[in-house]
Amino acid sequence: EKMADVDELSKPMFAGLSDVSISGDIPVEGEINVPVGTPSHDDEYSTLDEPVKDTILRDLKAVGKKFVHVMYPKKSSTLLRDWDLWGPLLLCVTLALMLQGGSVDSKEDGGPQFAEVFVIIWFGSVIITLNSKLLGGTISFFQSLCVLGYCIMPLTVAMVVCRLVLLGGSGMVSFIVRLIVVTASFSWSTFASTAFLADSQPSNRKALVVYPVFLFYFVIGWMILTFSPSA
Amino acid sequence: MAANSDFLLTFQEFDSSESHLGGNGDATTISIEDTGAGSHKPQKQRRSAPVTSFEEDNDPLANDDKTELLSGQKRSAPFWTFEYYQRFFDVETHQVRERILGSLLPWPGKNFVHLYIRNNPDLYGPFWICATLVFVIAICGNISDFLVYLGNPQYKYVPEFRKVTIAATAIYSYAWLVPLALWGLLVWRNSKVMNRVSYSFLEIVCVYGYSLAVYIPAVVLWIIPNEAVRWFSIVVALCLSGSILVLTFWPAVRDDQPRVAIAIMTAIVALHILLAFGCKAYFFSTLEVKHTAVDAAVDHGTKSSPTMKMHRTNTMS
Repeated sequence: EKMADVDELSKPMFAGLSDVSISGDIPVEGEINVPVGTPSHDDEYSTLDEPVKDTILRDLKAVGKKFVHVMYPKKSSTLLRDWDLWGPLLLCVTLALMLQGGSVDSKEDGGPQFAEVFVIIWFGSVIITLNSKLLGGTISFFQSLCVLGYCIMPLTVAMVVCRLVLLGGSGMVSFIVRLIVVTASFSWSTFASTAFLADSQPSNRKALVVYPVFLFYFVIGWMILTFSPSA
Repeated sequence: MAANSDFLLTFQEFDSSESHLGGNGDATTISIEDTGAGSHKPQKQRRSAPVTSFEEDNDPLANDDKTELLSGQKRSAPFWTFEYYQRFFDVETHQVRERILGSLLPWPGKNFVHLYIRNNPDLYGPFWICATLVFVIAICGNISDFLVYLGNPQYKYVPEFRKVTIAATAIYSYAWLVPLALWGLLVWRNSKVMNRVSYSFLEIVCVYGYSLAVYIPAVVLWIIPNEAVRWFSIVVALCLSGSILVLTFWPAVRDDQPRVAIAIMTAIVALHILLAFGCKAYFFSTLEVKHTAVDAAVDHGTKSSPTMKMHRTNTMS
């Protein structure tokens, strides 16, 4: 494009520069980079051409980095800035699958079905997000879903530990151990998520936002604690 | 770019908005702003509304006549925007705490709505108190079952998740549909008889929601498998929350015909009693019936779960 303009203007405007002669017969080669949108830090080249393995690995690395952030909750904004919902989906599906295979003497009574766990986690997260936004929070909808979903990770770890403990028996000792593990992980989850969420609220409403998060992880912890395997 | 500077330089006619402000009597300039303004917003809207005067802010009774009108004024933000609903979450932590404490300790002469709600009804309290109550009922019912059967080798513990849905339906319909019906009833009576005190729908929802708060510690006490403790806690909880409702709604119906007033108050109290005893009966079966049923199951060597289901329907409390 630029070459064509120069070509057109060269005759009247640059008439004095007789040593510059660009004729239309010479083919012009080269690449024209047209920047589209805001250039992000890793977008110097189009990600459409990279091998699929790179795309997947990059996303997996981002998910993994966020897991580390949940394990050691510091006040960093990485979790909030680059939100994604892959981690929460993975955790939710893992938790719901592990809560299956519980005791079902009869079909009506029993533990939560897969769909129920799914609904409780996602519906609960949406309600808590709406609540914090209605109270005037500055966090965005999907950022909040991302944080709440990632902070389920300690509870998923507790679920794995509980299932292992239950393999060894389901007496009083195993119950005490499971109680301690679930309590610790539920407090960890609440603490981790409030570390991220509470900053976005005005200080006179922090408790109003934290309480539903507490209730949410408490209910999930309850579901994990009351899981009893089939005889 | 050229068009922009033209806009800045030329004189703009502001006639259209002036006619909106000046000529139209009941137009209010309400700006949808950040809720960082906090609890000053209801005051600001009251003063900008052309109907109320300055003195009436201090007289709580007089405000109630205008409450319906004011709530109509407040709703001028379109109901499909987010800001419309943000108005109902305009509370701070200490306000919610005060409201809950006020609902736990009723005092004759102190009207809950006037003292605590004060034209700033919120949806946070009713919604989350109901949610907490739903989960507390389900969890404590489960725990109480577990404690009753402790030591019984036949018993297979099952977390009963159907109960959460049932509890949620019961509590939420009580806390939201009954206020709707009551509000409709009061509005209808208001059109017939001039009452001195009237409440908006949200204030009624608030009263009902906060009055359920006293049930949360009561339900936790129901874990103890002692009938005396359970009866004591249910009676105390009923008295406290029932008296909140009675003290709130008596001023609204006392100007009516005595028979209608008594009928409305009786209906309010009856529904409240029904909720309390219904929850207790459904989620916390009584001790003696369970023990006899389980003993029978052990004797016959049958599985315990079918008998558990049978005796649950027979439970009376």
